[in-house]
Amino acid sequence: MKIIVCIKQVPDTKGGVKFNPDGTLDRGAMLAIMNPDDKAGLEAALRIKDTMGAEVTAITMGLPKATDVLREALAMGADKAILVTDRVLGGADTWATSTTLAGAIRNLEYDLIITGRQAIDGDTAQVGPQIAEHLGLPVISYAEAIEVKGDKVCVKRMYDDRHHMLEVKMPCLVTALAELNDPRYMTPGGIFDACAAEITTWGRADLIDVKDSDLGLKGSPTKIAKASDKVRKGAGEKVTPDSAEDAVAYIVGKLTEKHVI
Amino acid sequence: MDFTLSKEHEMARQLFKDFAENEVKPLAQEVDETETFPKETVEKMARYGFLGIPVPKEFGGQGCDALTYAMCVEELSKVCATTGVIVSAHTSLCVDPIQTYGTPEQKAKYLPDLASGRKLGAFGLTEPGAGTDAQGQQTKAVLDGDEWVLNGSKCFITNGKEADIYIVIAVTGKIEKRGRVQKEISAFIVEKGTPGFTFGTKEKKMGIKGSSTYELIFTDCRIPKENLLGAKGKGFGIAMHTLDGGRIGIAAQALGIAEGALETTINYVKERKQFGRSISAFQNTQFMLADMATKVEAAKLLVYKAAMKKNEYAQGKKVSYSMEAAMAKLYAAEVAMEVTTKAVQLHGGYGYIREYDVERMMRDAKITEIYEGTSEVQRMVISANILN
Repeated sequence: MKIIVCIKQVPDTKGGVKFNPDGTLDRGAMLAIMNPDDKAGLEAALRIKDTMGAEVTAITMGLPKATDVLREALAMGADKAILVTDRVLGGADTWATSTTLAGAIRNLEYDLIITGRQAIDGDTAQVGPQIAEHLGLPVISYAEAIEVKGDKVCVKRMYDDRHHMLEVKMPCLVTALAELNDPRYMTPGGIFDACAAEITTWGRADLIDVKDSDLGLKGSPTKIAKASDKVRKGAGEKVTPDSAEDAVAYIVGKLTEKHVI
Repeated sequence: MDFTLSKEHEMARQLFKDFAENEVKPLAQEVDETETFPKETVEKMARYGFLGIPVPKEFGGQGCDALTYAMCVEELSKVCATTGVIVSAHTSLCVDPIQTYGTPEQKAKYLPDLASGRKLGAFGLTEPGAGTDAQGQQTKAVLDGDEWVLNGSKCFITNGKEADIYIVIAVTGKIEKRGRVQKEISAFIVEKGTPGFTFGTKEKKMGIKGSSTYELIFTDCRIPKENLLGAKGKGFGIAMHTLDGGRIGIAAQALGIAEGALETTINYVKERKQFGRSISAFQNTQFMLADMATKVEAAKLLVYKAAMKKNEYAQGKKVSYSMEAAMAKLYAAEVAMEVTTKAVQLHGGYGYIREYDVERMMRDAKITEIYEGTSEVQRMVISANILN
């Protein structure tokens, strides 16, 4: 069985967020981690590998620095790693990204593609389903549990108020939630092997069945008008009234003052 | 000279740091309070290969180097010195001598289980009357047919009751050296469960309370002849060489304790307010922290240098890392004691309360000046090296 896991290097939420003048993220200037949903997807693939045997290939599109998350994937147990990087792919939105990844994946054999639900930097949740669309594959999103049974994949899909149990024939694409599992740590030996391993690097020329007009910033229908870091909330005001009545009176006073009521 | 860590060492450090923060730190206080050996943590460390870091892959190890191993002990000890010493005693004092002196059969028999963490290791040299003075050994091993018969006891043994495989040093006869009669000392591999091998009482300690420290008792304990480690009569050299490596582990533990105390204190002084401002604004605090940070950095360089020297030795170069290991251990241990004491001082009254981590760190730091050769022994080793 062959599994492809799409992973993304995202800014570490514990670090600061920096932007380019055009409003896109300045990824080179930020601390980076493997996107949590993607890591859960990788773990799901590795568990399938542990239980029934599989070849797991991690693929990412990004700057050369994105090899860091590919090495992490290898150190966790992935068998192969592919970096898709090219100057013309920069500034891609979800459409251009999914077009690129689908173009890269057309080079590979696979039974199952796993992506994270969404990345913590963009929160769009579009890339996974779009890849499936480009490749003509069925997709199940929001997976909280994944099980392979013969030539089918059984997925527990999480909705706001219910779960769906779905079964789909492979090949297919599944998007994973961080809640899917607790990803394993790397091993020290895995790290040393991963750093010595060769990472396949593909550029624009390696993408199959894609148009230049669908790639990079130029191929992105989404235009970012403005982007900024979150406005941090202040420490607030702490009061300790003598009684519940005083507390209610204080809150009502404040809400009235701010014309809320 | 390049002080930058390689990519693999950077990644390994991050791994150990994440593991320590997520899996070890939440239990550190409870392990100390209840004096409980952190069995589940050890099992998790085994799963991720932390118990076989410098062991070649052919024996089921991780195939990494001494620096990676030292960083593992360092990061674990930042949050829990008990967990740090479990890895150190296992790796440096049991796995390393088997790897260095074991026969092909002994390596094949013991290393895969030890490196994978299926079994835990320990080392028995110290006796009630023989700590620094290794010649004071009383434990005897007598060859009887195809078996060695061990009688005697070992005290203060780290991983004592939790280990499965023990390296035990014992007297196997007498030899004449430069006209003086001396004890002939040999090393043995002893397995838990061997008839005649029992445990004394558990030691109640000042620090590293979760570490299992026991007396080992041998009463007509018969082990196979082939469990002699190295040649007969070479036990003293094996023990000393083993301790050279062990000192890098303990130096890394001391470094970790000091770093943990420093980080905790930096966070505390920024939050703690006195006289209307945070105590980090006072020059006394700033200067104390500056001294602490500088000494921690110096200790780190000594520890990493000793580990790099051991790497050279492991790669087959004819170098000794004995002096570097002694310097690293001496300095890092004394820095750990000084930094944790100052950390408690900067915490004021709260630093004396068990709820605060620095209280534990100060108690944990003290042992690093004592075990695997006291600071005084390290000075003997260093001076012997520079005067010869």
